[in-house]
Amino acid sequence: MIPPALQEIVDEFATMPKEMRLPLLLDYANGLPPLPDGFDSSEMQRVAECQTPFFVAVEVDADRRVSLFFDAPPEAPTTRGYAGVLAEGLDGQDVDAVLGTPAAFFTGMGLSELISPLRLRGMGAILAAIKRQVVAQTT
Amino acid sequence: MSVALDPAPVLSQFAHPERLVTTEWLAEHLGDPGLVVAESDEDVLLYDTGHIPGAVKIDWHTDLNDPVARDYVDPEAFADLMSRKGITPDTTIVFYGDNFNWWAAYALWVCSLFGHADVRLLDGGRAKWLAEGRPTTTDVPAPARTDYPVTPRDDTSIRAFKDDVLGHIGNGPLVDVRSPGEYSGELTHMPDYPQEGTLRAGHIPSARNVPWKRAANDDGTFRSVDELNAIYRDEQGLSPGDDVVAYCRIGERSSHTWFVLTHLLGFENVRNYDGSWCEWGNAVRVPIEKPGHPVRP
Repeated sequence: MIPPALQEIVDEFATMPKEMRLPLLLDYANGLPPLPDGFDSSEMQRVAECQTPFFVAVEVDADRRVSLFFDAPPEAPTTRGYAGVLAEGLDGQDVDAVLGTPAAFFTGMGLSELISPLRLRGMGAILAAIKRQVVAQTT
Repeated sequence: MSVALDPAPVLSQFAHPERLVTTEWLAEHLGDPGLVVAESDEDVLLYDTGHIPGAVKIDWHTDLNDPVARDYVDPEAFADLMSRKGITPDTTIVFYGDNFNWWAAYALWVCSLFGHADVRLLDGGRAKWLAEGRPTTTDVPAPARTDYPVTPRDDTSIRAFKDDVLGHIGNGPLVDVRSPGEYSGELTHMPDYPQEGTLRAGHIPSARNVPWKRAANDDGTFRSVDELNAIYRDEQGLSPGDDVVAYCRIGERSSHTWFVLTHLLGFENVRNYDGSWCEWGNAVRVPIEKPGHPVRP
């Protein structure tokens, strides 16, 4: 299932008038937290499916809580927006909630009328990269 | 009312210098009556992060493509789009965008299907404007609505369909502008892009691979006419009278090459096959060439 915090964002997009959904995605792009000190994007995993340089790192703590770290350039606001959605929706969730998030969670956001399928799939690619790192760190 | 041409010497080398403007020219002419600047990007949020002052956004996906069928908008929707953007048939439209002007060239090509007369590209696109430290704004203009007439779309002169391409094999040059990996069939999509559901890889038989990027400098401007002639005429053996069909994956990169051949080199019969590999690589029983394999079927 979609974790409640992420579901709330999906619903926020879905209930927004169509013309307000891209500005909302831009808000998430602008709200993406910068990399904390000590993180270097050259040491993070590059998401190969994203056309622009996009990096993600995952930390799992002793309580199996997942922390997410992203780095994407300002000239890729759509990708930054996807990361902002996932940061707010999944950061701090436990491992099972992250791994149980459906790959196509974003289909309910009403973005497919606004963003072409190829580019929209970037959202799923980022989630897949997060899951791969979570699995690698917990098995 | 058309806007004066950019007299920059760097443009006069091209067959149709009236189809390009330099960043210097545009900076001086922003706000001229009869000029509309339009941004068309790969990243659909980029315009909203900051654009050339006064520029309108034309979205390749939501504004130019039909929302249901895989086709361009119909004449009524196109007239409505132009009217909303404050454009009349006499308006000079200068297109620019990200990614080496792929989508700007695509939008220009779609406007040409509807016969809009004065369409130009900003040489170097968004990247050059920003690199030169020129002004941007997040203010979205609210142009006064015009009454753009409903004009028919001509799908015969500069657009090719799958059946046209089938008949073209062996009869005229085909230019595959994708990356070498896509052409050879190792990939069905651009490097680093996700798959977009193409079932077969390779290229259309007889097509020559001339990646679109060869026509561009690293700063996004077009190469000189001598360099372009060396590629397309000397190396590829194409002539301005040839009936050329260009294709890529969904038609945006081949719009770039269509612009180069048509407006920079003066070729008169270039068509863009916008169905491109996303159609060909999924179509049943069309011939495909792949290195190391006989052409099938």
